[in-house]
Amino acid sequence: MPLSRLGRAVFFAMGKQTGDPLLQVDGLSKGFCRGRDRLRVLQRVSLDVGEGEFIAIIGPSGCGKSTFFNILAGLISPDEGYILLEDQQVPHIRGRMAYMQQNDLLLPWRNTLDNAILGMEVQGSHKRLARQQARELLKIFGLEGFEDRYPHELSGGMRQRVALMRTILCKKDILLLDEPFGALDAMTRSIMQGWLLKIWGQFGPSVLLVTHDVDEALLLADRIYVMTSRPASIKGTLQMELGRPRKITAAEMVSCKEYLLELLENEIRVAQP
Amino acid sequence: MRIRLLNTVLPVALLVVLGLCWEASVHFFKIPVYMLPGPWKILEVMWQRMDLLAFHALVTLIEIGLGFLAALVLGLILAILIHSSRILERAFLPLIISSQTVPVFAIAPLLILWFGYGIGSKVVMTAIIVFFPIVINTVEGLKAADPDTLALLKILEATPWQVFFKVRVPQALPFVFSGVKIGVAVSVIGAVIGEWVGAREGLGYLMIHANAQLQVELVFASIFWLSLIGMGLYGIVVVMERVLVPWRGRG
Repeated sequence: MPLSRLGRAVFFAMGKQTGDPLLQVDGLSKGFCRGRDRLRVLQRVSLDVGEGEFIAIIGPSGCGKSTFFNILAGLISPDEGYILLEDQQVPHIRGRMAYMQQNDLLLPWRNTLDNAILGMEVQGSHKRLARQQARELLKIFGLEGFEDRYPHELSGGMRQRVALMRTILCKKDILLLDEPFGALDAMTRSIMQGWLLKIWGQFGPSVLLVTHDVDEALLLADRIYVMTSRPASIKGTLQMELGRPRKITAAEMVSCKEYLLELLENEIRVAQP
Repeated sequence: MRIRLLNTVLPVALLVVLGLCWEASVHFFKIPVYMLPGPWKILEVMWQRMDLLAFHALVTLIEIGLGFLAALVLGLILAILIHSSRILERAFLPLIISSQTVPVFAIAPLLILWFGYGIGSKVVMTAIIVFFPIVINTVEGLKAADPDTLALLKILEATPWQVFFKVRVPQALPFVFSGVKIGVAVSVIGAVIGEWVGAREGLGYLMIHANAQLQVELVFASIFWLSLIGMGLYGIVVVMERVLVPWRGRG
């Protein structure tokens, strides 16, 4: 087993957590009715997110990660399980989270600046103040000089950065990122991962990133959860104790990757017999 | 740039060539003026009777404008109502669509009977014709909002009011303009038919009278003015669309 080769310096099976985590998800289950059958999508999913922690969830496609996010966002309600926010049970964390997905969902009639402030605007910020704040962030997001452009005038990577800016400007302490760079080419994706780390370092939110990309999880996360195929549950956890920036070719990273791939491979085999 | 220039020059050149052919054949075949006047003769009349034509054109333009505005306001209101309620949609939409099987020209005499010989009946006539494409396109546009975007707004805890004004309305705008463009193109027909059936002024009225007096060059001059009105209105709509929907034309 590569697991034994990893060594204690690289990871501990359970986290380094000190104190209570910001967000705890405990035994979340969800099923949908499909005709007479009941399709089980989530089965007792539990995970913790510490304050300012970067969490990645990887799993086979169609395993129910989006259902999980939709429950957190309060778009659907779970059959069983609890969501605890700072030890308080809550129905959802919509008021504390900002959400970003693969599709940038920029409004084609708004320019960069106005797309970035959509969240603030909806939450009642004054448009002019919001624009002013957004303008100050343009440089960090590499969008300086593009504030008046419409989405169709921007490249895929830029559009994702505008979406990321909109997400950050919501000023929530938990970011849910649902395969945010899944639609980008490999080069752009790797640049965007750098951006994300930079922005995470600067603004310090807790991040919950769903991805198919094992490398992405390894490069970015403090802790990685591996999900099983449907019905999804947490199959394994990997605590990353490496500093950043990380190199995917480093020896520890390679053994971590082997471990994750082995966990995933069994799942893909289960999913597609 | 060069291609754009060609795009303007070529149709104009063709028009000039066609005009010259027309002028030449009128002289060559000795066609009498009361059958088909040459373009030069028509231009001459347009210059000489400028006041007369401008007066009647203004009447027709007012009819079109009022009818168009009425159709736009009522059409947008009805489209929003239809969009906001399933019951209203089921009640109204089939009726609106099937009402299009009634030939509007056939009810023109009734409109004259009800709204008189003045501009009222022409305004109504125009409004009826313009109304349909605006309602149908606006309803479609309001429905066109992307479900993922709506979910995003929900996560942002937007009010229904915010969703309507920040997403649905801008999303519907290009559709509304499609409807308005079709509406503008047919609006001239409404006013002219109304004037043919019964009127004391307007370009349609002028044409009928000139035709009866074998002043065919005046008929042609009126037609020219009518298409000028149509093109002018269409141009205004295109400019408004560019200003209000600057994001259109992506991809």
